[in-house]
Amino acid sequence: MQLKHVAKGGLLAGLMALAMTGSAFAVTLHMHNGGEPASLDPHKVSGTWENRIVGDYLEGLTTEAANGDAIAGAAESWDISEDGLVYTFHLRQDAVWSDGTPVTAHDFVTAFQRLMNPETAASYAYLQYTIKNAEAINSGEIEDLNELGAVALDDYTLEVTLENPAPFLLQALTHYTAYPVPSHLLEEHGDAWADTANIVANGPYVPVEWLPGSHLRSVKNDSYHDADNVQIEEVIYYSLDDLSAALNRYRAGEFDILTDFPADQITLLDSQHPGEAHVAPFLGLHYYVFNLNNPDLADVNVRKALSMAINREIIGPDIFGTGELAAYSWVPPGTANYIDGAFTYDWAETPYGERVAEAQALMAEAGFGPDNPLSVEIRYNTSDNHQRLAVAIAAMWEQLGVQTELFNSEVVVHYDALQANDFHSIGRAGWVMDYNDPINMLELLRTGIDYNYGRYDNDEYNALIAASATETDIDARAAILAEAEALAMEDYAALPLAFYVSRNVVSPRISGFEDNASDIHRTRWLTKSED
Amino acid sequence: MLRYAFRRVLSALPIAFIAVTVCFFILRLAPGGPFDTGRPLPPNVLANVRAYYNLDQPLFTQYLLYIGGVLRGNLGPSMAFYDFNVSQLLAIGLPFTLTLGFSAFVIATFVGVLAGMVSAVYQNKWPDYVLVLAVMIGLVVPNFLMGALLQLWFGVYLRWLPAGGWVTGSITHLVLPVTVLAWPHAARISRLMRGSMIEVLGTNYVRTAKSKGLGSRLVLARHAIKPAMIPVVSYLGPGLSYLLTGSIVVEQIFGLPGIGRYFISAALNRDYGLVLGTTLFYMLLILVLNLIVDLVYAWLDPKVRYS
Repeated sequence: MQLKHVAKGGLLAGLMALAMTGSAFAVTLHMHNGGEPASLDPHKVSGTWENRIVGDYLEGLTTEAANGDAIAGAAESWDISEDGLVYTFHLRQDAVWSDGTPVTAHDFVTAFQRLMNPETAASYAYLQYTIKNAEAINSGEIEDLNELGAVALDDYTLEVTLENPAPFLLQALTHYTAYPVPSHLLEEHGDAWADTANIVANGPYVPVEWLPGSHLRSVKNDSYHDADNVQIEEVIYYSLDDLSAALNRYRAGEFDILTDFPADQITLLDSQHPGEAHVAPFLGLHYYVFNLNNPDLADVNVRKALSMAINREIIGPDIFGTGELAAYSWVPPGTANYIDGAFTYDWAETPYGERVAEAQALMAEAGFGPDNPLSVEIRYNTSDNHQRLAVAIAAMWEQLGVQTELFNSEVVVHYDALQANDFHSIGRAGWVMDYNDPINMLELLRTGIDYNYGRYDNDEYNALIAASATETDIDARAAILAEAEALAMEDYAALPLAFYVSRNVVSPRISGFEDNASDIHRTRWLTKSED
Repeated sequence: MLRYAFRRVLSALPIAFIAVTVCFFILRLAPGGPFDTGRPLPPNVLANVRAYYNLDQPLFTQYLLYIGGVLRGNLGPSMAFYDFNVSQLLAIGLPFTLTLGFSAFVIATFVGVLAGMVSAVYQNKWPDYVLVLAVMIGLVVPNFLMGALLQLWFGVYLRWLPAGGWVTGSITHLVLPVTVLAWPHAARISRLMRGSMIEVLGTNYVRTAKSKGLGSRLVLARHAIKPAMIPVVSYLGPGLSYLLTGSIVVEQIFGLPGIGRYFISAALNRDYGLVLGTTLFYMLLILVLNLIVDLVYAWLDPKVRYS
């Protein structure tokens, strides 16, 4: 009995000592991060919640400024060849990993080769397919990793050769798929290099503790090149999927930043925490696809009527409740390397009543009417928001005499069916852009890729997309892409509904948080005042 | 009794085997796989990933590989949390789930038995009515609502207790989650206890004890509690396994790092390894708990014998 007490006492003391180490830092940022990170290895992650952690501890050749723009990161400067195919990056000569080992061009070469190596099975490898031979290596066509277009000319010079000119490269290199990995640790530990026991950082923070289901803790990396300007000394990223619970904990003062909140709580936030909710346009689109293999939808007039009859202005404020922007185009506003407002439906400004009348006429023209109603099925992934939207749209279509059935399934099943083109007529989808360039949206309608759920197939469109890949002039390229967007939209290839918004809640104690279309806010730019 | 226990453990093994087999194949029957998400992977990347997890092998080969792994104590990799394998995830989460579950179990049992006794002794008087009200609240308010309400009152408005999270060694962080978890169980136990206590108090041997002049407290303590506990004990086994597996919602709301949440998230992610590992683990837990309950029966009720 006594022995038991001693053991218990010892355990308790140990636990309390452990608990106290958490509060030894002066400025701690408590960030609600949402999901549980799958990994800290940049080649194995895929979520925004992982990006927040990984992008705070690793820094690519370029990195995100507070406003999301690409700025110099591990590379101090770069030269671009005339034809836009060769980028030569000059690395910082004083940069070191947090264990003191220099960060060299070889770390980047190792990282790119590992990303493309089929054995790594990196799910986001395709984001860097612009690099020469990347796709061939990743699909196993080329087995020699050294054929990859990323070569170290010396310890501090990296040459990246591309398949095609890619004006978005500097932006794409801020992505975690382009981060360096510490080659010395990779040799020593293999895939276990990213365990919190082994991990090193070249970015502003180093992960030190990870308790799955609760939090991950990183502390400031004093050897980071811009460490003098980093004020927050410790970041705790909390994994908590329950958004209402997260909001309660924010209101209890336990979190400084929420990276999402329940949409229906916006009025409460506005009244009780004015100015703390940040709702900003975000590079993503909610849309419906038409299954173009369904004969009823083959007539462009039917698709046009269905699109025109949707009152998009109520989606953001009333159906989702968080001010998503009505979408009358395919490419989100704020997309880089593009012409802002390149396309808008000419009927976007027409009063809704007139639009419905016109849509009714189009339906009649296509041979659908009270005696011969069009039947469609909206297939969506199970979610309150998607259900409300589908019910509202079914009601709007009822004005055209369209009979709509709703069908929902969990997200895995849903996208499995969409990819296989295994749905009746209408499928709900959402796309958040991987990098800030219009090609990332327009690829979704190209022939031959799985994301083209509705199987839109237009040779002219495909030719324009192909032409944009070889155009080096950024304005000329934007014009080609805009032509493609207009073509697909006038063809009613799919049905854009609303552009995403990012939803953050930021405590008044935090400054330096700038809303931006990529919704990326690196901790190094934030400061926290003690109240 | 030892022989009985041993036999029960042995008979649990084929049950576990059958359950794992059924689970394995049912999971694969469900449409979609661990790598079908909102963002489908390019075919060659998907092929790489599937090869990495042996998902490209024939189903039966995968099954043999899995069973072989389990027999060697290896529950395989998680397909959603790459930096951990299933055994590691269970090992990290287990202490939290156990702390939460057992704390709630002890408190629910103690409070429930006490409340049931008070209700029985003061049957249809005001202490009984007050307790019935508390019991009804515990039974009808679902735990996700109760959790959110307690969070709001004690975390946001009064700021007496943390609204969530886990700080090792801190008791205050346990108060709200344990309350939410224990309340409905305390309620059920007290209903059982009240009913059986009222019955026991009406039996001949209790009347005999009273009539030979024993004080009512002694009668309760010496003659009434033990027999009145029998229905409660039969509930405790399933109750405990329910508390340990039922902490999913509480873990979600309060952001606690237990293993309950893997049950849901792993199933939705089609994280085959983690679903099977968690199922196997909970199944063994329930088998063991039921065994313990059966053994306690014998001690409480001389009429129960093992053959």
